[in-house]
Amino acid sequence: MSANSNHQENTKQVGNLLADAAFLQDIRRQMLRFATLQLNDASQAEDAVQEALIGAMKNAASFGGRAAFKTWMFAILKNKIADVLRYKQRMVNIGSFAHDEDDEDLSELFDRKGFWQVDERPVAWGNPVASMRESQFWVVFEACLDNLPPKQARVFMMREFVELDADEICAEVELTTSNLHVLLHRARLRLRECLENKWVLQGEKNDELP
Amino acid sequence: MMNCREATKLMSDAQEKPLLLKTRFGLEIHLMMCSGCHNFKEQMDALRTMTRAYAKGKNEQEKET
Repeated sequence: MSANSNHQENTKQVGNLLADAAFLQDIRRQMLRFATLQLNDASQAEDAVQEALIGAMKNAASFGGRAAFKTWMFAILKNKIADVLRYKQRMVNIGSFAHDEDDEDLSELFDRKGFWQVDERPVAWGNPVASMRESQFWVVFEACLDNLPPKQARVFMMREFVELDADEICAEVELTTSNLHVLLHRARLRLRECLENKWVLQGEKNDELP
Repeated sequence: MMNCREATKLMSDAQEKPLLLKTRFGLEIHLMMCSGCHNFKEQMDALRTMTRAYAKGKNEQEKET
């Protein structure tokens, strides 16, 4: 490739991006999970993702690569979700995160000195990779994700599903870095606890059965 | 000494950005003495692996097989 064909290469790259069925399928799946969790409604989620995809495709020429395309696509989706939520009159104030979940009490998990309550202390998980091969594990995982409070779920999904970095998330939801870290900490504490109780410890109980 | 609430917060923060050296040192000392937090640390990596696998449709593939 010569230096002056850079622009041409860029255009070609975007073309390849949209022709890459596996990439689009993958991104669609991620967005769908995200939207379903945010909206609690599979068909509304499907519509929102569809519209976001179409919107992103229209502007595809302005993207330099996969990461930019994904971020843009997610931004559109977030707006669609916000519209739907507003319409449903159960909008959780996406623009500025209120602090109610920040004040959440962690005394269930930690004692007054901040050490683990005896029955909440994390146990060793054995072999998580083996768990991931079991379909029942993913049912539990999904249920635990669904159990997260909405704001925690939203930022956790942005971080771990959509793989946005902390700065991008803060910009998206108008959150300070320290507030984001608090929400993610809580999301991880909850998710971890849920998986341990519903999967790891259940598994041990089952093993004890004859 | 650092308590478990602070230690888990730092381990969660470390998923977003590397910790300062002196913070990491304090955390390591806590982890040496606290099995619960030691397990928590390993679970942070497991959680990330699981969530990313899930986002990529891992569970769908398992259903199909």
